Amino acid sequence: MTDIQININSKTYPAIEQAGHHLAIANLKLSLKSGEFICLVGPSGCGKTTLLNIIAGLDNDYQGDILVGRQHTHPKIGYIFQNPRLLPWRTVRENIELVLDSRESATIIDPLLEVMQLTQSQNVYPERLSLGMSRRVSIIRAFAVDPDVLLMDEPFVSLDAPTARQVRELLLKLWQERPHTVLFVTHDLREAIALADRIIFLSAAPMTVISEIIVPIPRAERHNENAIEAFRQQLINDYPEIKQLL
Amino acid sequence: MLAFLAVWQGLAVYLNSYTFPTPETVARFFWQDCLTGQLPFHLGVTLLRLVVSFAIAMLLGCAIGIVLGRNKKLDAFFDNWLVIFLNVPALVTIILCYVWFGLVESAAILAVVINKLPNVIVTIREGTRTLDQDLLDMARCFHFSKRKTLVHVIWPQLHPFVMGATRSGLALIWKIILVVELLGRSNGMGYQLHLFFQLFDVAGILAYTIAFVTVIQLIELLVLKPLDKKSQRWRR
Repeated sequence: MTDIQININSKTYPAIEQAGHHLAIANLKLSLKSGEFICLVGPSGCGKTTLLNIIAGLDNDYQGDILVGRQHTHPKIGYIFQNPRLLPWRTVRENIELVLDSRESATIIDPLLEVMQLTQSQNVYPERLSLGMSRRVSIIRAFAVDPDVLLMDEPFVSLDAPTARQVRELLLKLWQERPHTVLFVTHDLREAIALADRIIFLSAAPMTVISEIIVPIPRAERHNENAIEAFRQQLINDYPEIKQLL
Repeated sequence: MLAFLAVWQGLAVYLNSYTFPTPETVARFFWQDCLTGQLPFHLGVTLLRLVVSFAIAMLLGCAIGIVLGRNKKLDAFFDNWLVIFLNVPALVTIILCYVWFGLVESAAILAVVINKLPNVIVTIREGTRTLDQDLLDMARCFHFSKRKTLVHVIWPQLHPFVMGATRSGLALIWKIILVVELLGRSNGMGYQLHLFFQLFDVAGILAYTIAFVTVIQLIELLVLKPLDKKSQRWRR
């Protein structure tokens, strides 16, 4: 794994009919250290998904560059989308197999299924899965390709609180077993504190970095709701500029 | 079915006309033509033409339909041509093919393909326009090859449209092939029906129609239905 530098000078959406062109991102610089879990927190509509799409190579219409190590290239991506985007005509296992080269797939998939508690459901079609299970499958699919960076776009949104907590804990377990660089988009500060090594606060469009905060709470104490809430209050008091985002 | 046969029998006995034979006369004709090999031969010839022209029209139609569905510029350029070809009467293309290329097998096949092709293109193009962009983006993120994307992401989404084109296409091709055979071939169902028409042999016409309907039912039951079932197994 290597460090990744992201410099986006500008990202503009062209004018549509009466609406003028829209500057979505301006002078955004991020540096991701290998194996780091980073949460991006910003108001909705600020361009977080646009940023992830640029990093993923889905959107190439921007000014700037991305460096993986010292090379100008797009990093290898594992993308966990807001909606799981599984192919409904392939079973859980077949969905994961599709992103891999066939020969080694069993040795990769079986342990992942086990950690995510999906071994029993591996031959089920996605339409029969609950949303929480579908999200877990998409997490496995992203980890399976052994990416340079895992992009997660509010992957726990619209899950009920206990399910979200369960999937979050499984994700952390998997990530601690196989550390990858993670870029996790959320608008929920508690979730960000529970997950991140570092939280990056982003402004409304045109999006840029407002502040970066290292989360000092040890991983072992992250399940403690009180510790998280106390840190959240402290952040709001110490950084008035982020208050408007929350 | 029995009630239908009973009504038919009753009507035929009541009318007592050469042009309205009883089911028994038709069945006897059917059986005799089967024994002499006439009916299987002509049906086989027509079926062969159907398979060849259908395969060509579907393959070309799917390829062009996907390209037009994914490429707005090409689509805008060919859109008018498609509408024209969709609406040219089948008889015109058949006559032109025979006049230009002679009364040969390839002209017959070409005429059928030209009639069917725009239909497939339009159906598949509409299907391609409805493809789920989210799934295509997912395929790009995970670096699927073009072939993998086509086979595993695009094709299953097009399946209902392909089945639609297949069903409407078979119905259309049957009809056109008979006219093609009637006008310019010396074998096949169309040629035979033309012969019966000249002899006013209604029993022959009905016997061949029954053979024809049976084959269509068999295709539906043995090929299309199982295909549907297999491809829809993931649905709840």
